[in-house]
Amino acid sequence: MDGINAQFTLDWPGFTLDVDLALPGRGVTALFGHSGSGKTTLLRCLAGLERPSHGRLEFKGKIWQDKDTWLPTHQRPIGYVFQEASLFAHLNVLGNLNFGLKRSTTAQRVGLEQAIELLGIGHLLERKPDTLSGGERQRVGIARTLAVGPEILLMDEPLAALDLKRKQEILPYLERLHDELAIPIIYVSHSPDEVARLADHIVAMDGGRVVAHGPLGETLARLDLPIRLGEDAGVVLDATVGEVDNEWHLARVDFAGGGLWTRDRGLPTGKRVRVRVLARDVSLAVHHPEPSSIQNVLDGTVESLAGDDHPGLLLVRVQVGASQLVARLTRRSAAQLGIAPGLPVSVQIKSVALME
Amino acid sequence: MKRLSSLILALLAIATAHADEVQVAVAANFTAPAKEIAAEFTRQTGHKAVLSFGSTGKLYAQISNGAPFEVFLAANDNTPAKLEKEGKAVTGTRFTYAVGTLILWSANPGLVDAKGDILKSGNFKHLAIANPKTAPYGAAAIEMLTGLKLLAAVQPKFVQGESIAQAFQFASTGNAELSFVALSQVFKDGKLTSGSGWIVPGELHEPILQDAVVLAKGKDNPAAAAFSAYLKTPRAHAIITSFGYALR
Amino acid sequence: MLTDTDLQAIWLTIRLAGIATLILLVLGPPIAWLLARSRSWWKGPLGAVVALPLVLPPSVLGFYLLLAMGPNGPVGQLTTALGIGTLPFTFWGLVVASVFYSLPFMVQPLQNAFESIGERPLEVAATLRASPFDTFFSVVLPLARPGFITAGILTFAHTVGEFGVVLMIGGNIPGVTRVASVQIYDHVEEMAYADAHRLAAVMLTFSFLVLLAMYTRRPKPARGD
Repeated sequence: MDGINAQFTLDWPGFTLDVDLALPGRGVTALFGHSGSGKTTLLRCLAGLERPSHGRLEFKGKIWQDKDTWLPTHQRPIGYVFQEASLFAHLNVLGNLNFGLKRSTTAQRVGLEQAIELLGIGHLLERKPDTLSGGERQRVGIARTLAVGPEILLMDEPLAALDLKRKQEILPYLERLHDELAIPIIYVSHSPDEVARLADHIVAMDGGRVVAHGPLGETLARLDLPIRLGEDAGVVLDATVGEVDNEWHLARVDFAGGGLWTRDRGLPTGKRVRVRVLARDVSLAVHHPEPSSIQNVLDGTVESLAGDDHPGLLLVRVQVGASQLVARLTRRSAAQLGIAPGLPVSVQIKSVALME
Repeated sequence: MKRLSSLILALLAIATAHADEVQVAVAANFTAPAKEIAAEFTRQTGHKAVLSFGSTGKLYAQISNGAPFEVFLAANDNTPAKLEKEGKAVTGTRFTYAVGTLILWSANPGLVDAKGDILKSGNFKHLAIANPKTAPYGAAAIEMLTGLKLLAAVQPKFVQGESIAQAFQFASTGNAELSFVALSQVFKDGKLTSGSGWIVPGELHEPILQDAVVLAKGKDNPAAAAFSAYLKTPRAHAIITSFGYALR
Repeated sequence: MLTDTDLQAIWLTIRLAGIATLILLVLGPPIAWLLARSRSWWKGPLGAVVALPLVLPPSVLGFYLLLAMGPNGPVGQLTTALGIGTLPFTFWGLVVASVFYSLPFMVQPLQNAFESIGERPLEVAATLRASPFDTFFSVVLPLARPGFITAGILTFAHTVGEFGVVLMIGGNIPGVTRVASVQIYDHVEEMAYADAHRLAAVMLTFSFLVLLAMYTRRPKPARGD
């Protein structure tokens, strides 16, 4: 009863949204897809900013929309972060932060102070929006949303309007939200990198429909994921820092299937991290390989094979302990090695991306 | 090229066809008779009279500032005299073409009695009058009211039109119950065209002498002289009196 | 320099323009809001009606107002039934006429201001718990402030410049309906050109200063971001 059940049908000229979803009531759920896939429209339906012709929306046991019910946006206990911060130009930062706070009747799970601290905007309070940088504006926008005390946070590509530098500035704050807020976050994105860093669940959308959804690790490891990720194909593993080698400046992160050596980023042992392993960085060998520059070699078993975007390429899913990795091979090398389900293989991992 | 030049020739022909046309400025109260007279004038002489209407004061301002009028039919006698003195009218062409008659008129058929006693009763809200500073009919009305010692009583009820035409408009739409207007505005062929009225006896005010004059611009236009002369013909006189004007 | 009657006319003009502007500041925003936000079919006809005084000769408006507000007109019969009497030749009659006459000068700048605010600030306000009514006062009005200043100045100045309509329904009563523009007209009619010059110069200076103030005001875009 603590989840979100959403059914929407919406007919626009040239676009149809048709979804029937059960979303988890905690963690970050990424609505993922190309532009035009309907992810933002779905988010707006959840917020009540669009009114679908047919719809039913239940949030933690409360009906927000059905045949006879329509809770207007301003009565829904949501927080919404838009692509651009959309701060009110006539108010300074504090005025913007107070706008929703003054009107909110829901429990203040995140107080104003906490929101200011979380987003690091204490020094900006007296400034007018037009004197802020894009990154600062978006941080204020997020804090303004948090200050309302939402029971669910809806974020519409909050980083899309920012350049790489600003993205790097804000991502850590979003990761803190993920770790520190007890409320569900629905996060619209078309960036696999953002999704890998932030999401616990993923809803993949295409042409106004949901094409796949589930926990992040499992869903990304599915070879039949209807959305082609191309160079971004890969998996995300939950791991813990197990050992730090100060002599070689390396750290070992342990996941359910083994350990991977990576550059030491100064993280303490025991720290929970995420590791993203892209399919293009994984290769397979039938015999235990000779010593090479590749540090990370794990034993696994081929689980399944599937075609990739290019006819010369294959994606191979390999079971490693309790985890799964995806490797990209050429069809020829797969044929030469006799890669088939059940074959024991050595998995060589060239590089991993570590995310706190 | 050929078509263009013939077009230019045609335009020149129109511009120079002025010779038998006369531009006449007419005081507003004389609008209706002037139209009839102009039609007769064209029929009998072949000249064409182009009429412009307005209050005497406004027409004076326009003439002083170079308006192309050639004959002026004013609502008074001092404006044509002033123009003559200023050299904007041809000396010796001034004459009284009509003597105006003032009427207390109401659009309501039963309201105005034969003696104008309604003025004394005060039983009305608005009395429309032409601006007495600029309109002779307004000035005559003030003179009459002063003589009858009624001015102080009725002045608070004045609503002032910029000309006699607007005073009539206020009354004819019923917004003012009473008005002082020119008889010519409500009179045709011996009777009132509508409403009720009291024709103010001529001895109660100075006569409203309406003078005509040939303007400086019309000095060399034979049609201007012809129109001025036509106003004195029996046919023109008949038209003028049919609208309730007197003659000198 | 200016005579007492001139000063009386100026004061009357300022009162008329001020009251008409205040009334339009109440009536204008809802109409402008409807025009800016509605996608209904009647948006076109309503917009056209509001804009009519821009193209109509004042004499047409004045003529119809004179007929409508007169004792035989529908408005006149209503006001008579209400015990107000008829409106022509009264100060409040001029106020009513000015409200019609200056309506587009209030509505159109406001409509532009509302349209330039766009959808986003309204959506943001809704997600921050503001009801539509609340949003109008706490977001739309402050963001449209430059539009309100423009609309107010234009409405006031345009009402000051009103002549044809006043002439048609005013009756030129000193202190009641004889506004400055009519007073100038009278001076000209009376051939008192020196008097006309003095008052006309005051009007010219006023109009120029108003427009100068508008065109040199630091432009501050109403942005939602």
